[in-house]
Amino acid sequence: MAGLKEIRSQIGSIQNTKKITKAMEMVAASKMRRAKDRMDASRPYAEKICQVVSHMASGHLEYQHSFFQQRETVKRVGYIIISSDRGLCGGLNTNLFKKALQSIAEWKKQDVEVDIAVFGGKALGAFKRFGVVAESTGLGDRPSVNDMLGTIKVMLDSYEEGRIDRLFLVENEFVNSMTQSPRVTQMVPVVATDMEEIKHHWDYIYEPESKEVIDMLMTRYIESLVYQGVVENIACEMSARMVAMKSATDNAGDMIDKLKLKYNKARQASITQEISEIVSGAAAVS
Amino acid sequence: MAMTMHLDVVSAEESIFSGIVEEILAPGTMGDLGVMPRHSQLITTLKAGELRYKMKDGEVSLFVAGGIMEVQPSIVTVLADTVVRVEDLDEKAAQEAQKRAEDALQGKDPADLDYEAIQVELDAAKAQIEMIHRVGKSLR
Repeated sequence: MAGLKEIRSQIGSIQNTKKITKAMEMVAASKMRRAKDRMDASRPYAEKICQVVSHMASGHLEYQHSFFQQRETVKRVGYIIISSDRGLCGGLNTNLFKKALQSIAEWKKQDVEVDIAVFGGKALGAFKRFGVVAESTGLGDRPSVNDMLGTIKVMLDSYEEGRIDRLFLVENEFVNSMTQSPRVTQMVPVVATDMEEIKHHWDYIYEPESKEVIDMLMTRYIESLVYQGVVENIACEMSARMVAMKSATDNAGDMIDKLKLKYNKARQASITQEISEIVSGAAAVS
Repeated sequence: MAMTMHLDVVSAEESIFSGIVEEILAPGTMGDLGVMPRHSQLITTLKAGELRYKMKDGEVSLFVAGGIMEVQPSIVTVLADTVVRVEDLDEKAAQEAQKRAEDALQGKDPADLDYEAIQVELDAAKAQIEMIHRVGKSLR
């Protein structure tokens, strides 16, 4: 039977761990609420701009922005992968990377090269060996669009210059605070989401020039997509961490209970042994 | 009953308005424009100014600091940079912003200045002040 002292110190260290995980759970819970508010706040803009862009994709515009042109042959594709900077958030990043790797493997099978840009330190570590062309890490809990522009620009430029023929976004979707699911979406060329019947050929009236308006709109569109992805990922990270830390706290509690039982049994055994030694010693004397 | 269309006003931070309106007046970069239901498709950038829309039970006025407006025959979407409700407009803050921008424009080292950004700020402040005055008059 293990020594009493060892068991006691084991219980002590698990209690410390439990305290830490409990604290992390509470921190994550409060951060999640704020992250979720931010996500909900920027969602209407993202949704509306998506709607406008899909209207544009279904129309016949005089100026065809390169983001609307489907390229026949695909030689190289780009991925923007959004992950968290820190770990200890359960399987959030692992699931995301698995999904990304699946999708990348499919392109590789067709002999298509892949360029990767990442947000967040975890993705940088995981995809280093594939060759990361751009990265933004350490965005913090309140990311600003300005910090992301560089990375976004690298990918968009290489699309416009024809180095990559498609650009995908890999991100976590916040379903609710218990569930997050990874998804891969094609950013450019733009896919028209609501395929309404196009009854007649129509075009917009532009004020000022069509090129100016559409260029501005497309840049905003991509920025808002990526920004929304990053903000959503933070909410996902926090809620995943909250759940992971909650189960860690519960597990620590279970372990402490088991060890306490073991400790009490050991204590009981040593007392029993002592008594029987005394009794047998007394019997020998008399 | 008058014909109506659906209007959505969103800013980067929040959804401001979503509902049925009868008429819209927007500050386009090429000049103010009015939109009635069944307008043909139009897309325009907005400058700082007043966005007004008429509903069945009255008129609402918002301040937008720029953005994009898309018009479809029955749906209009305004993607604004910043939106301020008229009652939240602060004349003092706007005047201070105007002064700041003007000071910056007369700054000592013109090489450091981002003229475009300051000009945008100045226009926004001026438009806000103008709007406060107009609305203030109509209230009194």
